Amino acid sequence: MIAPAQPDLVTVNIDGKEIAVPRGTNVIEAARLVAIDVPHYCYHPKLSVVGNCRMCLIEMGLPAVDPATKAPIMDPASGKQKINWMPRPQIGCATNVSPGLHVRTTTPQIKDCREGVMEFLLINHPLDCPICDQAGECKLQEQATQYGRGYSRFVEQKNVKPKRTPLGPRVMLDDERCILCSRCIRFCKEVAKDDVLGFIDRGSFSTLTCYPGKQLENNYSLNTVDICPVGALTSTDFRFKMRVWFLKQTNSIDTESSVGANTVVWSREGVIYRITPRRNDAVNDTWMADSGRLLYKQVAAPDRLSAITVQGAAGTLASAAAAASTLFQAGAVAVVGSGRSTVEEQFLTKQLAATLGARVSLVSRVGQGDKILISADRNPNLRGALVTGLIDTLPSAQLAALGAAIEAGQVKTVVAIGEDLAAAGLTAAQLAKVSIVYLGTHANATSVAAKIVVPTLTVFEKAGTFINQQFRIQKFARAVPGPAGASDDLAALSALIAAAGGAAIAADLPAIWAQLAAEVPALATMTYRNIPDTGLLLDGTPWSALPFVEGETLHYKPAAAPALATA
Amino acid sequence: MAVIPVDRKPLSFAERTYMPQILSGMKITFKHLMAPKVTMEYPEERPAIPAGYRGVPTLVKDPNGREKCVSCQLCEFVCPPKAIRITPGEIPPDAPTRHVEKAPQAFDIDMLRCIYCGLCQEVCPEEAIFLQQQYTMTGYSREEMVNHKDRLYELGGTLPDEHYKWDKKKAAEEHGNAH
Ligand code: SF4
Ligand code: SF4
Ligand code: SF4
Ligand code: FES
Repeated sequence: MIAPAQPDLVTVNIDGKEIAVPRGTNVIEAARLVAIDVPHYCYHPKLSVVGNCRMCLIEMGLPAVDPATKAPIMDPASGKQKINWMPRPQIGCATNVSPGLHVRTTTPQIKDCREGVMEFLLINHPLDCPICDQAGECKLQEQATQYGRGYSRFVEQKNVKPKRTPLGPRVMLDDERCILCSRCIRFCKEVAKDDVLGFIDRGSFSTLTCYPGKQLENNYSLNTVDICPVGALTSTDFRFKMRVWFLKQTNSIDTESSVGANTVVWSREGVIYRITPRRNDAVNDTWMADSGRLLYKQVAAPDRLSAITVQGAAGTLASAAAAASTLFQAGAVAVVGSGRSTVEEQFLTKQLAATLGARVSLVSRVGQGDKILISADRNPNLRGALVTGLIDTLPSAQLAALGAAIEAGQVKTVVAIGEDLAAAGLTAAQLAKVSIVYLGTHANATSVAAKIVVPTLTVFEKAGTFINQQFRIQKFARAVPGPAGASDDLAALSALIAAAGGAAIAADLPAIWAQLAAEVPALATMTYRNIPDTGLLLDGTPWSALPFVEGETLHYKPAAAPALATA
Repeated sequence: MAVIPVDRKPLSFAERTYMPQILSGMKITFKHLMAPKVTMEYPEERPAIPAGYRGVPTLVKDPNGREKCVSCQLCEFVCPPKAIRITPGEIPPDAPTRHVEKAPQAFDIDMLRCIYCGLCQEVCPEEAIFLQQQYTMTGYSREEMVNHKDRLYELGGTLPDEHYKWDKKKAAEEHGNAH
């Protein structure tokens, strides 16, 4: 793993370009900084270096010094210090920069080396590209085109190996395509901490396999598919479904937990085919959990709500708002917001509650954290509710206070935004006592009991921001259009605010962000557009005293220790 | 404006009998009656199509009856008017061609879009799609003008194969250095 950037820089010379890089950077990363591609297979920036593919060969030289006096030896021709070039090429992945290091990547020797390595890699590689899911994002394809010889001299018979070996429930191995780079093995050992993969047999018989009696079934197994440079590991969910070059990539955020792993949603013509991680060194490195990759299935789930209903009859947003207005006039309204709503929605929820003079409750969702990319807090945007001022204490898992207020007759109408009240502990009898206005994506006990149901959008169908456990605000974009009949959450909320007699709010992100910046101190000076793709860290100190339920994850340490707080 | 009177010449006697005109007309008629004919009784009779003609795109099978397309979707990608639509699929593990792994579940070519450019044939790595000699496509509705997979195979039939790539692959699997 690359050491974190340290302040001491060393100057290196790569193909004649001088660049200062932090000590400890390897040649591949240093060359990347001057836009020089050093082809590689086994090296991965987030895994240990093994140096077994030999694709990254470079020529390297160091400034010459007199062995006795340590005085630099000058080259009379150029007047500069002489460079002692090493006679044999070195691997760039395992060569860390040192002061004055010189690197050449374009010499005939290196061209020969790359052609040679490509030739060996391709000897036993099947000509499978038309049926291989990796085609289009395959390093072997790309580098064979860029650095390969262009024709084959191999007349012997190719090795034959098993073509579909399931390594686990979600990962399928094609042995013939594996180039034995060992990235998958290192990932399981070093990141997933579930050491299940290894090579057996020798030479061209080498095969990737699971240890006897084990399976690649941890919740991070699909990351091996992402990092496999060839099509050897494929996801059983995405296998043979669609070619990657047809898919549109949209930046998104994993909503499973408060980690907020950065993701890319791959869709074609409004249909999502897969979700993969997006690199963010401060949040999820290049990984994400398998469970988060299946969340796109909720978009076309059979229980998806698809029509606005008012008292059971089909309605429009206007008729729903009119019906809500009648309910609101009777007063005694309670609002149940959600830690799954975006920052913008929570802001509008707060406006709604303020207009109605209603009390707001949220539902906390706690699970077991896995110390990697799933935290204990399963609400992706609990921090957003704090930052926008929707709540000022942490919510509990049960709406006991709301239940009691309903029993006592203090609440006649409940506006539930994306939360199932029954799952949050309200009884059927309590639900029957109140009129419910439900905004949500999927059918549940609350949508069944509700007087007014407005179907809304899933995270894939709208844009917005979430604030994760580090108080990092991260934005996501709309990947696919929402189903007919569903309303944008912001439009639905602003219709409700108008129904409650509040000032109408334009339901678009720039307008809401102008208000957010004006009214929320933590977000002042920000606009939606200015949030970088990797998010922006907010100051979380106003809330540091709150007892968040969080364990350690990849890039987050709970500051729970009281010693730390007093120090 | 000046008026120019045009005198009509009186007809001669021969002209007044109409005979020379009728005869010269008959001469042309008889000349064509004897000449070899240049038209054709379409659609019963059809012209010979030159080699390399780019007719309706079709899917073909190899002489063993194996469906050659592996649904790589390259033709779908290259097709300029986006006439091709493919739903890829997996060959079930009990099929005799399971070693090919992939075949199209659905393969549609919209002949209202196709411009007969032949790029699909050119790009196909499996030599599975060919623009053959069929040049008429008619239909009463838009739906009828979309060739589905069965129709594409019906139109395409079987073509000779130079490589038998997948059969060789299977032979290698059975007798080669499998371990
Ligand atoms: S399966 Fe892929 S990642 Fe694993 S060793 Fe083989 S080529 Fe490398
Ligand atoms: S001939 Fe050209 S236009 Fe017609 S299907 Fe093939 S690629 Fe598309
Ligand atoms: S016809 Fe050829 S190019 Fe088109 S999907 Fe099938 S194999 Fe690929
Ligand atoms: S990347 Fe350096 S040896 Fe593989």
